Amino acid sequence: MDRIPILRMGSFLLVTIQVDLYDRLALTLESDLVQMVNKTGAKGVLIDISAVSIVDSFMGRIIGNIASMSKILDAETVVVGMQPAVAITLIELGLPLKGVHTALDVEKGMALLRTMIDEDPEDDQEDIEHGPVAE
Amino acid sequence: MVLSLSKDTIQVVKEQDTVFLKNRVKETATRIKMGLVNQTKLITAASELVRNMLRYGNGGYCDIEVVSSGRNNGVRLTFVDKGPGIADIPQAMKDGFSTGRSLGLGLPGTRRLVNEFDIKSTVGEGTTVMVIKWANG
Repeated sequence: MDRIPILRMGSFLLVTIQVDLYDRLALTLESDLVQMVNKTGAKGVLIDISAVSIVDSFMGRIIGNIASMSKILDAETVVVGMQPAVAITLIELGLPLKGVHTALDVEKGMALLRTMIDEDPEDDQEDIEHGPVAE
Repeated sequence: MVLSLSKDTIQVVKEQDTVFLKNRVKETATRIKMGLVNQTKLITAASELVRNMLRYGNGGYCDIEVVSSGRNNGVRLTFVDKGPGIADIPQAMKDGFSTGRSLGLGLPGTRRLVNEFDIKSTVGEGTTVMVIKWANG
């Protein structure tokens, strides 16, 4: 069965959707991603949809679900690279994707994730501080 | 007066067929030089309707036609299923109504994405949904 790969990058998970999704593939991605967040303790999820030419109500709902599920597991979700035509279609369809953070491209999305996570400064910096002391 | 210039029939019985259908709709729209935004709207509409057909109508078929009216060219999609039918069409066309567990955006959202929309349904016999998107509509 087809699967969309989820890459780990530090405390973030990176998903690049390179194919047009059909329903089952999207559902598999949803459950894989939520499990990965749980397993890796990731603080952020970045979903790149720049290669996706169609987002219909079902796909939109899955994206919203991923964001809310990750939120409950203490991870932020940012969707990046949406094509203009897809944005126009989503709004006309009546799906404003509330509660999903977006950014124009992967770089800006990563920056956004970092600022969102830096808002609560804790573990990362502590680890660095404690590291040399232990030696 | 809408003239049909070409016709293609695609059977839809399983989920993978939807990918093929969407590709054929895209090819047809590209052939009549439909703009990218309108193409995206049309394919999204097709995606919603084909899902409805599979989920509620146990599959069926879709006619993809190139149609012409005056100087306007467009794509007409006709989705036909022999499912249980829709008892209350005005209710089904309302935003947020669904008998499944979905958002209830499929039919009303689709109507906003296309230029012409027509739905006919007989309980126990099936449902036919017809949409037209003009190339520059």
